Amino acid sequence: MRITTTVNGTVHEVDDVWPGESLLYVLRERMGLPGSKNACEQGECGSCTVYLDGEPVCSCLVAAGQAIGREVTTVEGLAGDGGLHPVQEAFVEAGAVQCGFCTPGLLVAAHDLLERVPDPSDLEIREALAGNLCRCTGYEKILDAVRLAAARQAQS
Amino acid sequence: MSTDAGTRTTAPTSGRIGDSPLRPDGTLKVTGEFAYASDLWHDDMVWGVTLRSPHPHARIRGIDVTEALAVPGVSAVLTADDVPGENAVGLEHADQPVLASEFVRYEGEPVALVAADHPDTARRAAKRIRVDYEVLPAVTDPRRAMDDDAPPVHRPGNLVRHLHLQRGDQAATAPVVVSLDLEVGMQDQAFLGPESGLAVPAEDGGVDLYVATQWLHVDQRQMCLALGMPPEKVRLHLAGVGGAFGGREDLSVHVHACLLALRTRKPVKMSYGREESFFGHVHRHPAWLTYEFGAERDGTLVYARARLLFDGGAYASSTAAVVGNGGTLGLGPYRIPNVTVDAYGVFTNNPPCGAMRGFGCVQAAFAHEALMDELADTVGVDRVAIRQLNGMREGDLNITGQVIDSAAPVAELLEIVSGLPMPPERSADPDLRSLPGAVGNTTHGEGVVRGVGYAVTYKNIGFSEGFDDYSTARVRLEMTGGEAVATVHTAAAEVGQGLITVEQQICRTELGVERVVVHPKNTAVGSGGSTSASRQTYVTGGAVKAACEAVRAVVLDRAALRLGRDAAELRLDGEKIVGASGEVLAGLAEVLGADAVEETREYRHRPTHAIDPVTGQGDAHVQFAFSAHRAVVDVDVELGLVKVVALDTAQDVGKAINPDAVVGQIHGGSAQGMGLALMEEIVVTDGHVRNPSFTDYLIPTILDMPPMQVQVLEYADPHAPYGVRGVGEPPTISSGPAVAAAVRAACGKALRRVPIRPEHITGT
Repeated sequence: MRITTTVNGTVHEVDDVWPGESLLYVLRERMGLPGSKNACEQGECGSCTVYLDGEPVCSCLVAAGQAIGREVTTVEGLAGDGGLHPVQEAFVEAGAVQCGFCTPGLLVAAHDLLERVPDPSDLEIREALAGNLCRCTGYEKILDAVRLAAARQAQS
Repeated sequence: MSTDAGTRTTAPTSGRIGDSPLRPDGTLKVTGEFAYASDLWHDDMVWGVTLRSPHPHARIRGIDVTEALAVPGVSAVLTADDVPGENAVGLEHADQPVLASEFVRYEGEPVALVAADHPDTARRAAKRIRVDYEVLPAVTDPRRAMDDDAPPVHRPGNLVRHLHLQRGDQAATAPVVVSLDLEVGMQDQAFLGPESGLAVPAEDGGVDLYVATQWLHVDQRQMCLALGMPPEKVRLHLAGVGGAFGGREDLSVHVHACLLALRTRKPVKMSYGREESFFGHVHRHPAWLTYEFGAERDGTLVYARARLLFDGGAYASSTAAVVGNGGTLGLGPYRIPNVTVDAYGVFTNNPPCGAMRGFGCVQAAFAHEALMDELADTVGVDRVAIRQLNGMREGDLNITGQVIDSAAPVAELLEIVSGLPMPPERSADPDLRSLPGAVGNTTHGEGVVRGVGYAVTYKNIGFSEGFDDYSTARVRLEMTGGEAVATVHTAAAEVGQGLITVEQQICRTELGVERVVVHPKNTAVGSGGSTSASRQTYVTGGAVKAACEAVRAVVLDRAALRLGRDAAELRLDGEKIVGASGEVLAGLAEVLGADAVEETREYRHRPTHAIDPVTGQGDAHVQFAFSAHRAVVDVDVELGLVKVVALDTAQDVGKAINPDAVVGQIHGGSAQGMGLALMEEIVVTDGHVRNPSFTDYLIPTILDMPPMQVQVLEYADPHAPYGVRGVGEPPTISSGPAVAAAVRAACGKALRRVPIRPEHITGT
């Protein structure tokens, strides 16, 4: 089938999509956007998190056909013309990135949190990011990164 | 195609050793551009999948691939008959078929391969391969594996290694005796990036493999034998690695992807899903531990006797080395004059077990630390104090008779962690998210009891028992666009830990240049050794330092000649040749001109030695690293739910090359130890894995992890480059036993099995 979806502001049209393919697969393998990651492909790890019409979703659990005519934002779309988004900057600077495989999903989840709650408490950060597994960092520097991004956004 | 791991970048921030410059791959990783192994693609590629055994033990009577080959889109179906070289691979012993031929020995063993134009086509075709199995009796209880009537998993029998170690009086007695039996479940590395690789057939008849791994050259050695090709035809390139933790030491897609690529003459991508990943790599050995400590009435240890049994599963992998670690280090960082240890690794038809962070010491630490608590309580000594009383000090002999010849700050580490601020008491109206059960709303504080636990450990750094453990580095210095640029090329795998940052820091320090390019990792340079045993900053760091020193010597010799000075008076700093009192004598550009200076060096740590086969005595290890943890937990004793409130630690790292990255390693390592104590277990019944998914195999989330206080000591090891001491593994060893001890303290139960499950706490 044909999938027409707006991803990161650009209309993507891909043909010959097998109906069993997930949005994650189509992004990664058909649209050249492998930033969203494939760590579990059953909605447990959050590494494939993207925005679908503004809502964060696990793209591995979204059938590609469900994205037709909708707007998707992936990690590749977080940075603006002016460079990295503050959340991205903070993850790098705080040491929240080791292997980095969880990072794209965590960035989208943290971005979403800060859109909703500009100055989250630690417990709010933990609850918001509880669906994103990280195996490298023990999460301490991820908390640091979200706090740093929140502080920077408050200043700007 | 897109195949580089993204390491051909320059650092945005300067930083020498002791600074904490940012990762050179950080920006690529936050923009989604970093190319992990599973992100690789090629215009013309096909997909490979693996058909695996559903049985723990069976004879293969025949394989019919006809129906699979007939599926439209399928380009190849391969079985054991298609392996051109030796049909045997293995990290230490080549005992595992590339594709099973006569027998399958564990559930999940690879049997056949399919290549097709879509991964789902390949999977559907694989289901049409007809394998005629004769199911055989399976050995699934490692405690019975050495019985006379146990069917042999391999000939001649099921013993992989028995290490006997004895020291001092074998008949020693003591007025106080404590003992225990403790069992440790099978843990998974659970790295997030699934096993993946892209094999590209080359015009010379060889193949290029882009893959996520921990040691390119040990992979290459095995692949050459299996493919029947010389090393120059089997070229490996490190793709982006999404974590490793020991789980990428053994081969996964490597030979399979190359076989399919060489057959189809097309690039072949293989990428496991999470379920297949659970079957596609080795796990941490489950262990059965029987320990007895004898002590004076004041708690001073007199003797220790221990029996450790590790289930190696169906193939050897690194079981022998795990037994070596468990046996030689498994009594912990204590002075014990009289010791008897027997450590066994056995074959079974369970999943193969091998390397995971902490490597044989993790399991043992649960036993020796539980027993130290038992001893403390029995003699009436504080649990911290009893560890300090018996803790190793520099100059002591360990249980193999090896002198601990650098810092052994056991007492100090315990002093530090026990003195760190405690978390606040639970409030009268606690937030649900801070309680056991969290927003499951299982308690508002009623039935919740707080407990505190301590643990201390030590771990060998680098490869032991006489292994020729070396690394190679090539460093090039040249002027590019008016700027001095150093390029560092090693084959040492970056798996997320930050080795590439360390390589840059060492080059900047030794060569006095700002810009350091990390060359993509591949087999075009000599071996970097394994990214394991907490060894890369030490060994590859040593190689990079040596190569930089060689480059510097060439440059300074040239400068000396030009300036009419003695080279010994000169140094390199800020792209300048500088004299003894810091005066600038010449620019690096003038000395180098259009030339590049390039040197390659190997670095070896001081040799280790095999242990005596009769007594287990010998200088088996090169370096020891020590860490201590204090855990504070809240336990809902009615429901058996645990919330870790604090997990604080102190560790000696010798010299923190990158302090922020050191702390990051300690955080992450501690989380994995905590996971084993409370939640992580691959459940295997009758040889079948029951929970191969992240739905059923739980790793700590950000809600499970508590805040951590980390204190780092820097007692330089005079034998190591810059005084470094390996960092990655100790936290995984001491955190779990501290958590287990805290849960015991809260609920008052002995809890002789980890991970601790709710029913163990409630007794239901």
